[in-house]
Amino acid sequence: MLKIDNITKSFSVGTETRRALDGVSLNVKKGDFITIIGANGAGKSTLFNAIAGSFITDSGTISLDGRDITLMSEYKRAHSIGRLFQDPMRGSAPGMTIEENLALAAGSGKWLSRVSKRDRELFREKVSMLGMGLEDRFDQSVGGLSGGQRQALTLIMATINPPKLLLLDEHTAALDPGAAEKILRVTDSIIREHNLTCLMITHNMQSALELGNRTIMMDKGKIVMDVSGDERAALTVNDLLLRFREISGKALDNDRMLLI
Amino acid sequence: MGLDQILALLQTALELGLISSLTVLALFLSYSMLNVCDLSTDGCFTLGAVVGAAVAISGHPYLSIPAAMLAGVASGFITAILQTKMGVNSLLAGIIVNTGLYSVNIAIMGGSSILNMNKADTVFTAVKSALARINMSEQYKLVVAAAAVVIIAVLLGLFLKTRLGLAIRATGDNPDMVRSSSINPVFTTIIGLCVANSFTALSGCLLAQAQKSVNIDIGGGMVTIALASLLIGNVFLGKKKMPLRIAGMVLGAFVFRLVYTIALRFNMPAFMLKLVSSVIVVAAISIPYIKQQLPLIKRRLESRKREGNANA
Repeated sequence: MLKIDNITKSFSVGTETRRALDGVSLNVKKGDFITIIGANGAGKSTLFNAIAGSFITDSGTISLDGRDITLMSEYKRAHSIGRLFQDPMRGSAPGMTIEENLALAAGSGKWLSRVSKRDRELFREKVSMLGMGLEDRFDQSVGGLSGGQRQALTLIMATINPPKLLLLDEHTAALDPGAAEKILRVTDSIIREHNLTCLMITHNMQSALELGNRTIMMDKGKIVMDVSGDERAALTVNDLLLRFREISGKALDNDRMLLI
Repeated sequence: MGLDQILALLQTALELGLISSLTVLALFLSYSMLNVCDLSTDGCFTLGAVVGAAVAISGHPYLSIPAAMLAGVASGFITAILQTKMGVNSLLAGIIVNTGLYSVNIAIMGGSSILNMNKADTVFTAVKSALARINMSEQYKLVVAAAAVVIIAVLLGLFLKTRLGLAIRATGDNPDMVRSSSINPVFTTIIGLCVANSFTALSGCLLAQAQKSVNIDIGGGMVTIALASLLIGNVFLGKKKMPLRIAGMVLGAFVFRLVYTIALRFNMPAFMLKLVSSVIVVAAISIPYIKQQLPLIKRRLESRKREGNANA
């Protein structure tokens, strides 16, 4: 499905050049739900940026569904790749109404087409799945919604045309625990419903092991651990921390790492 | 001042307000929707005036309208390409195009800086003779301007509801979201600026034909005048739904002209127009900002006072 072959990306900070991705290769099968962990600066979001096309990698190739997308621009990749960020404000246009946001995301029809009654029914059906009452506020502007509501809306927008690949970049980390829990539940059910292929960055060790079928750990721009199947099923949060110390030679002392 | 005079005053304000409201609608699209401050507006306004005049003088009054609008599209296209594809800062792109247009405009006028349309047929003279039959020939400017504004405003309202229109609105609001909707914000910026500049050029074309002459300075300061009208319009209807916001732009242009016309009656010299528009723009943008800062400023002053008291 997604085939990443030895990609690298360096950024220059002042006179120094830092290798943010250092020869990453990853083979994702259709229907895989992979959780990604690692300390800050390990290269997790950079990997997502590379996959989504926010920048073009320095070397290596990326292909999606057999198609080479290495040099394809971001907006074109967005046809097949849906993405959610940690910042709930990034995924929707605040000055536009819920319906207008959904209409753009659904993106059906020609340039001069308008929202039809059938579109509206589809939007209503999708949004009511959230159980937040947003379906009755279609004419309100998105800027007035809470962070949790906006992230929920973004989730619907990103999956209204089920993408080939869904990238979740700590999409619940900025929300309060209740909202985070809810969004995570809805995410899981959408992924199951459409059998989406998904990569999810998380700082929550527990959900890293509970959700999905495979877990990878990144450090210094490399994938340093890749577990699935029985091996993964036997892992505990404590094992993960030990593995990390073993691999990187230092304790996972990031205070954003949630142990529970 | 008699009722006749007041009515005549209102009519003048309405005519000029309606004609300039087309430029306000252009800025509504570029400034409010795309979040691009298009400083090529002055030059593009003149371009529309000059192209429209040249085509009318050559004997094609009706063709002058689409010709002026097309010229505006071309100008907007260049401004857009400079800022999206050639790495020129968006403000600078507008200024550069504006400067370049000065030469282009004089070239179109055949090297002179004034064109006279006294003997030429224009859209206005055509409508005037048509209206003479029903004894309304005094209102011909109003009729032409109102028709143009209604057509453009309705088309703009419909356009902003389409997928392309929504994408243009989102481009100014959150370009990330546009990209993730598989739409290229470069494309929406180009289309938006082309459409906006066609309105600006139409506005210039109509003003030139209404006053039967065009000089190279006709568009001078239009961007500030239109921005002032836009901000006035926002005060009235800025928070409403789209059709009302568009109506607000026209209302803003009218109110601006009305205030200006009244000020003229009270012997304000005509050359003050541009200073007045500058002050309005500054006030409309700064007052909300300063209001927001006011609580903090107050607290700082109070704390300084307390410190002073403590030291005393």
